[in-house]
Amino acid sequence: MIEVKSLTKIYADGKNVGVKAVDEISFTVEEGRFYTLLGPSGCGKTTTLRCIAGLEKANGGEIAVAGQKVYSSANGIFVPAYRRPIGMVFQSYAIWPHMTVFENVAFPLRVGKQRHTGDEIRRKVIGALEQVELGGFEDRMATQLSGGQQQRLALARALVREPQVLLLDEPLSNLDAKLRERMRLELRELQRRLRITTLYVTHDQIEALSMSNVIAVMNAGVIIQEGSPREIYMQPKSKFVAQFIGSTNQIAGQVAKVDGDGRGVVRTDEGEIAAGLLSNVTQGSRVVVVVRPESVVLHRDKPPGRANVLEGKIGTAMFLGEYVDCTVELRKHVLQTHQPHSFQVRRGDEVWVELPPEECMALPAE
Amino acid sequence: MATVALPRTERAGFQLLREPALLVPVIGAAVLIYLAVLPLFMLVWGSFEMEVAPREFVFTLQNYQKAYASEYTYSTFVNSLIFASGSAVLTFLLGTILAWFTERTNVPLRGIFVPIAVVPLILPGVLESIAWIFLLSPKFGYLNVWLQWMFGLESPPFNVFSLPGMIWVHSVGQVPLAFLMMVAAFKSMDPSLEESAMMSGANTWQTFRRVTFRLLMPTTGSVLLILFVRTLESFETPALIGIPARIYVYTSEIYLAFNEYPPDYGRGAALAIGLLLLSAFGVWLYTRSTRESKKFQTVTGKAFRPRQFDLGAWRWVGFGFLMTYFVFVVLLPFLVLFWASFLPFFATPSWDAVQKLSLDNYRYLAGFRPFWDAMKNSILLATMTATVAMILTSLVAWIVYKSRLPGSWLLDFLAFIPITVPGIVLGMALILLYVAFPLPIYGTIWVLLIAYVTRYLPYGMRTASGSILQIHGELEEAASASGASWWETFKRVTLPLLRPGIAAGWIYICIVSFREFSTSVLLATGESRVLSILLFTMFEQGQVTVVAAIGILMIITLLAIVAVFYKVSGRVGIQT
Repeated sequence: MIEVKSLTKIYADGKNVGVKAVDEISFTVEEGRFYTLLGPSGCGKTTTLRCIAGLEKANGGEIAVAGQKVYSSANGIFVPAYRRPIGMVFQSYAIWPHMTVFENVAFPLRVGKQRHTGDEIRRKVIGALEQVELGGFEDRMATQLSGGQQQRLALARALVREPQVLLLDEPLSNLDAKLRERMRLELRELQRRLRITTLYVTHDQIEALSMSNVIAVMNAGVIIQEGSPREIYMQPKSKFVAQFIGSTNQIAGQVAKVDGDGRGVVRTDEGEIAAGLLSNVTQGSRVVVVVRPESVVLHRDKPPGRANVLEGKIGTAMFLGEYVDCTVELRKHVLQTHQPHSFQVRRGDEVWVELPPEECMALPAE
Repeated sequence: MATVALPRTERAGFQLLREPALLVPVIGAAVLIYLAVLPLFMLVWGSFEMEVAPREFVFTLQNYQKAYASEYTYSTFVNSLIFASGSAVLTFLLGTILAWFTERTNVPLRGIFVPIAVVPLILPGVLESIAWIFLLSPKFGYLNVWLQWMFGLESPPFNVFSLPGMIWVHSVGQVPLAFLMMVAAFKSMDPSLEESAMMSGANTWQTFRRVTFRLLMPTTGSVLLILFVRTLESFETPALIGIPARIYVYTSEIYLAFNEYPPDYGRGAALAIGLLLLSAFGVWLYTRSTRESKKFQTVTGKAFRPRQFDLGAWRWVGFGFLMTYFVFVVLLPFLVLFWASFLPFFATPSWDAVQKLSLDNYRYLAGFRPFWDAMKNSILLATMTATVAMILTSLVAWIVYKSRLPGSWLLDFLAFIPITVPGIVLGMALILLYVAFPLPIYGTIWVLLIAYVTRYLPYGMRTASGSILQIHGELEEAASASGASWWETFKRVTLPLLRPGIAAGWIYICIVSFREFSTSVLLATGESRVLSILLFTMFEQGQVTVVAAIGILMIITLLAIVAVFYKVSGRVGIQT
């Protein structure tokens, strides 16, 4: 549905020097899928989206939307934004303050080549507004809506033309935490119901993990890893991804033994740790072992017959409501762990730390 | 991120490459160069020329010698300096005291004084001078006559035909400007800065001296500077009071060089170059100082509710000051013009005079052709100037701030140039240009239109770019992503959002064009005469009561323009 091939975008920076904001990236969004570009600010995700929308002209590569080439540097094709079959929601919502709710949504039907009758426009606008639960708000001025309502209005405006592709540029970042959570759910429901191909840009890992079919993690203009939310979270292929998605503990070391089934043993300052290995890791490679805070298990007494058990001391224990955020001091490292409320400890308590081998991944140290 | 060489063709903003709108910046630059640069070029050229529009150019420094090595050089320089610095200081003091009382203290009724302090803006500079001559002339000035009668004085206590007189008259006309600037400075001051000084143990006086005063320092400097430059450039008071009193400043010297027989354009141009350099230097200092003052960060764009000082019993002193200012500076000039406009000849208010009051002056004007021609010219020029200037500056501002075209900053700079050009200097430059230029518009209102548009470009630019910067880029991109072409986006999104700002700029330019004097005085002749020039010539000829009647009609017209404008803009539905 969206096909991007070796897309490159260079920004002018000073006289004749450019900065590669997007560096030859390629990806495909299948029909009806929810695809997310996830990355820190300045990683090129928004630039990629804007190139697909036609708001920026790329410097190289190819973009096809719904089977039609909208950009190709080789063939000199550039379809302007207003001729592309897209709907877009902006970070600021970009609701026109001089129009009513109805006129905002009707705008895409009133401009461009296709002509609609008044009745048709009315029917479509009301349909779009009802889809986002804004029925009955038609005659309000757009500026009288609350943040969440403006967000839905922007969505209705993007959908009213029945575009082939929906582009969303950090649409939830201006909402408060509660509303964001609800909109996440609603947006996902709507997308699944309409089965509209969606490209979503965000820096928020929870948004990405909860809504997407596929996530592409970007950094410095390139896609680092692409996969389902589960893959991205459970099997990060690099230190960057592990670090960016959720908080992680890292213990540096060297591979001591490689077993056949993608597993092995890493020698670290804290002792030997059994962990999953990536295929490009060999005997003697420098690696970091990563393990999620919620995977670390703490024991009062040494658990018998378990692998990866280390000795430690409680550093701090902070009650955070859902869980207790507990740091444990090892010989050279401090681990961050999430423990259930029932686990009552105090600073300085001696504990046994279990790092379940199936939850540990050894990633190449860059 | 990798850095790579940038392909040359890709640096331009792409939207315009696909649209016919690429032509707009090129045309815009050409128009701006024609308006803002060409006259100045002709002025420099003319100042080194033996005679105006010669068959061949003969280089000479004689003009500069005549302008700067004459017996008047020194006195003109000293007069200009005293006039400009005296006015700047007096205007600043009056404006600051008014602003402080109304914004930062508990003086009774201070709310109603805010609009009152701005009222003098409606009084054109020529009328301001005439009204004060009526009040302070040593021969017949009402205040002088009254004071002599009340205290049995031998000689009149005031003489408006003096440097202090010029300073006073020019200052009271400029006070609203200083007032508005200082109100803005007081309003944007974060009260917590003063509160934290008090929490640190500083008393009221220490707080004022060590915090409030220090925070206002940069603003003070820039306000004084802009007032100094504006006074240096002004010609209303130097013409109506200075010339009869034989107190000459640079602007009057330029005027006289043009008005002697035969006119000495060369000397005028050389004098104009000097004034231009002085003024440009002042503007340069001003922009530098305002940039510097950003370091203080007292203006954050937030409107604060400033702390109010409790003056105790002293608040009645403040009230007395405000009332005195209102009666003597705001009300009296209007009253004296109104009174004089019903008199057959100038006379002090008395029972005798009251019996002579009549509508004769107005009846006379009803059948007086030159008055109606001037009225028509003034209204036509004011509305045309405002319209042309706002269309031009909106397009230029859009190119500068939205198109991302390389080199568009140049347009911004070009549109800013006229702010450094004093009105009379622009008049001089345009004479030199159109005497030599094959376009036969010299002596028509079209040359005035060009002059006014040029003069007020920077003002239009300021309002237009202000409102363009307020439009979030995504609002236009959303239209593009909704399927609207460049033109549809401009028409349905950009323009409606710009409308309130453009409207405000339009009305401002309309008012200042209607009262323009210092450029018109050289360019408006015969058929192209405008109201301010008609006032000036008739006053010189001694028809003072008819002049007062014209002044009253002029003020009424200005009020009507403002009223009609608000009515219309209200119906069009301007909203922010």
